[in-house]
Amino acid sequence: MYDKTIAEQSRALTRGELSSVELTQSYLDRIRQFDGDINSYITVTEELALDQARAADERRASGDAGAMTGIPLAHKDLFCTEGVKTSCGSRMLDNFIAPYESTVTARFKDAGAVMLGKTNMDEFAMGSSNENSYYGPVKNPWDKAAIPGGSSGGSAAAVAARLAAGATGTDTGGSIRQPASHCGITGLKPTYGRVSRWGMVAYASSLDQAGPMTRSAEDAAIMLNTMAGFDPRDSTSLEHSVPDYTTTLNDSLEGLTIGLPKEYIAAGLDADVEKQIDRSITEYVKLGAKVKEVSLPNAGLCIPAYYVIAPAEASSNLSRFDGVRFGHRCEDPQDLMDLYLRSRSEGFGEEVKRRIIVGTYALSSGYYDAYYRKAQQIRRLIRDDFLDAFKECDVIMGPNAPTAAFDLGAINNDPVAMYLSDIYTLSVNLAGLPGLSVPVGMANNRPVGLQIIGQHFAEARLLNIGHRLQQVTDWHLQSPALI
Amino acid sequence: MAIDSSEVKKVARLARLDIDDSAIAATTATISNILAMVDRMQLVDTQGVPPLAHPLEAIQRLRKDEVSETDQREQLQSCAPAVEEGLFLVPRVIE
Amino acid sequence: MQWETVIGLEIHVQLATKTKIFSGASTAFGAAPNTQACAVDLGLPGVLPVVNEEAVNMAIRFGLGIDAEINQVNVFERKNYFYPDLPKGYQTTQLEKPIVGAGHVDITLADGSTKTIRIHHAHLEEDAGKSLHEDFHGMSGIDLNRAGTPLIEIVTEPDIRSAEEAVAFAKKLHAIVTTLGICDGDMSQGSVRFDVNVSVRPKGQEAFGTRTETKNLNSFKFMEAAILKEVARQIDLIEDGGQIIQETRLYNGDTGEARSMRSKEEANDYRYFPCPDLLPVMINDERLAKLKADMPEMPDAKKSRLIAQFGLSEYDAEILSADQATAAYFEAVVTACDDAKLSANWIMGELSRSLNQSNIVIADSPVTATMLGGLINRIKDNTISGKIAKEVFEVLWQGECNSADEVIDKKGLKQVTDTGTIEAMIDSVLMANAQQVENYRAAEPEKRGKMMGFFVGQCMKASGGKANPGMVNQILKQKLDG
Repeated sequence: MYDKTIAEQSRALTRGELSSVELTQSYLDRIRQFDGDINSYITVTEELALDQARAADERRASGDAGAMTGIPLAHKDLFCTEGVKTSCGSRMLDNFIAPYESTVTARFKDAGAVMLGKTNMDEFAMGSSNENSYYGPVKNPWDKAAIPGGSSGGSAAAVAARLAAGATGTDTGGSIRQPASHCGITGLKPTYGRVSRWGMVAYASSLDQAGPMTRSAEDAAIMLNTMAGFDPRDSTSLEHSVPDYTTTLNDSLEGLTIGLPKEYIAAGLDADVEKQIDRSITEYVKLGAKVKEVSLPNAGLCIPAYYVIAPAEASSNLSRFDGVRFGHRCEDPQDLMDLYLRSRSEGFGEEVKRRIIVGTYALSSGYYDAYYRKAQQIRRLIRDDFLDAFKECDVIMGPNAPTAAFDLGAINNDPVAMYLSDIYTLSVNLAGLPGLSVPVGMANNRPVGLQIIGQHFAEARLLNIGHRLQQVTDWHLQSPALI
Repeated sequence: MAIDSSEVKKVARLARLDIDDSAIAATTATISNILAMVDRMQLVDTQGVPPLAHPLEAIQRLRKDEVSETDQREQLQSCAPAVEEGLFLVPRVIE
Repeated sequence: MQWETVIGLEIHVQLATKTKIFSGASTAFGAAPNTQACAVDLGLPGVLPVVNEEAVNMAIRFGLGIDAEINQVNVFERKNYFYPDLPKGYQTTQLEKPIVGAGHVDITLADGSTKTIRIHHAHLEEDAGKSLHEDFHGMSGIDLNRAGTPLIEIVTEPDIRSAEEAVAFAKKLHAIVTTLGICDGDMSQGSVRFDVNVSVRPKGQEAFGTRTETKNLNSFKFMEAAILKEVARQIDLIEDGGQIIQETRLYNGDTGEARSMRSKEEANDYRYFPCPDLLPVMINDERLAKLKADMPEMPDAKKSRLIAQFGLSEYDAEILSADQATAAYFEAVVTACDDAKLSANWIMGELSRSLNQSNIVIADSPVTATMLGGLINRIKDNTISGKIAKEVFEVLWQGECNSADEVIDKKGLKQVTDTGTIEAMIDSVLMANAQQVENYRAAEPEKRGKMMGFFVGQCMKASGGKANPGMVNQILKQKLDG
């Protein structure tokens, strides 16, 4: 039953073929069996999950169930969950139990979903390999020598390894799409403002966006139905109507124009990855789509622009971790400066400190114009490139990453090399666009995902496009052999 | 723009981070590499391009002036490292 | 050498909203520590700000009140620095695009002259919490109830040339914000706080001298004293061959001492940038029009009207228009008694003295405008003398009666105006003081006036102060002069 999609589980629950307690127990059993090795969870909330499962079963019995009622999910450990530790993958928050609930997790609670636990991640969502976690790296279920991607590596690995029916992730520069791609699952980064950020520990506020990580596009649509919508507690949340994302999944792709940016076939794109991407686009042509070359002339600048804007915002967002009101506090501080310096230096890991320093520098007096302001100007050029391209096509397709998952430890000591691997995902965040990753094959026995980028608020169309591919391919149904 | 170790130290202190003397050379080298990568931006002419702070350029929604939060001190201080008489304690503040 | 003082002010005004600028927690004073600091005010992980509409409206009203431009797009930025009373590690404020642009405030000086002080801009921001230094085992305690209280920070041009001008400006600004109802004006609670930038230069010199900033002055008196002290210090220092260092200073109002703030370990670098959790605030024409239509009569206009309508002096009108509550009280008293001059005198005299002594504001006065108007009516119709009126006022102030008539009635203070009674009283006084009568009659006419006072005093005393003084005077004169 753990191998079923959310859609299938939901139907089985409705028909009474399955109870949420049984389903939840099956995942808890698998977590106990396999997660010691994969390390996708930081916290497993076994008792809570079973309580929620029982409540969900009662709710179904009383006829008050929705599609998510009783479905066991895992939440990335940066969504605040009342009474359950929210660590953000950091020593800083190792002792932090939030006294409030994030909007995303609250919506799933209200929908009757079950929380299995909180998933591992790069510390404060800073990383592309999930190697920057205080709780140790996550292994890729397809090949345990490989990284799962990051920063939502725990969520991706948990879904791929069938340790959760679905999971939440967040994407600031690719942190849903890239790990989804590396773990052979489906991941959607919605339009900036589509999903509330309330209760999500901030990395870079103008880029962060939560989304679903699932087996299939259909499952992502089901989860997004619960996640999306205006939240008065988030000023950047948008008052834009939310459709039922499942109703358009089967729409025809006849006449769809796919834009292929000529800049995407850059040096460094792995030939096997390119082959899988090309093959999937051929599938789309068979489904009635047309292909057109488009140009995103400033695409390459997304890396420098992102690695100024995100660290700058992060340097400020992470100032609240000062050892005064919550989180790690050093032993016996001698004075205020000592309290700050030691609490922060002990609480944060290397990559987080690195980005705080870069961000602080970029905002400091004398450098603001050359770095921060310049990056925000380039951000506009990048967004406008997309808006121009969308005059000629409906969606843009390409890879999520230049290669399939690399080996654990391969480039972890070279931050710049790590940053460069984000080239295909960053610009989507800078432009606030929705992006979907769907599995389309293997390269070097590791999964490859296709990235589909849409116009603002085009989530329904992206899910439709992803779903239609999944009707004619079965990459999303394949699962890694766990030992 | 190159950055030297004294500047890295200064910036780290501004951000209330302590860098061990033994690590300062390596940190400076890494930060320099990152800044060198970032400096590719300087090749682009952005004169007259307004900075983009938010991708959708939406406007701020305003909240009604109504009290929605009541006393939650006990819950909110449950995760505090040092509290006494309802106050957060810190090493003595001298102005 | 002749020195000229140059002063610029930055004023923090706490806005009288019910809730914080970015959260739904209450802004009321006096709650137990941290009971009005919600997750947003504490800067807990994952929380987000949403802007309070009323704070925006109040800032706009201030802008309209000083004839300023309102910036229709204004942007919140983060000012980054670490301090325990600043929970997020940054203050959300405005820098490049403040809500209120350039405006002006006109002040009247003691010699009757007026002067325009230009306002550079005013911006919205959040207040910080408080550090309490009572000894908690050598630690300080942090109370964040005040954190997130909306402020407008008003920045003047360096147009002020003396402590007197600074105080006149401060009082005028206080009148403006209280008239607008955007601030409770309670300076003892820190609702209005002044930062004073002071420099001196040789008279006639164009260039400004090096300035110092004295922060957080919360009374007019302290501000005046701090300026005078700092100006003297700077002149002394320069004349002794020293140099002024640009620094932040603290003035202790209780001890009258000033000192440099411990020099910061390193220069501040606030790393301002637009707050990514907030979007630009847009003020549309509709909002602006509505707020314009709701503007109250501002102090300058009120002052002119009081002069024109009631024939008040500049001085009286200035004081009575200084805050909304006083002006409203004055107009209510006039309505009740129809005598502007007497109303003004009583408000600025007896009432103001009693309010000061009891340290209460006019709105809370136990003697209401109706009661004071009633009292003045009894003076006007000769029911009581001015002296008895003060007694009546005191009784009303103590809250023992509800009207002047009730006091007069209960205490039997009604003035004696019956000629026969007064004559009889005078006769007995003259009889008891036969020697003084003789002296009087023997005296030169020009010395008699003074001697007359003695007899009046005796007669008033004999009547318990209730005899009509005019009648006593008249009858006495007749009887003495024959």
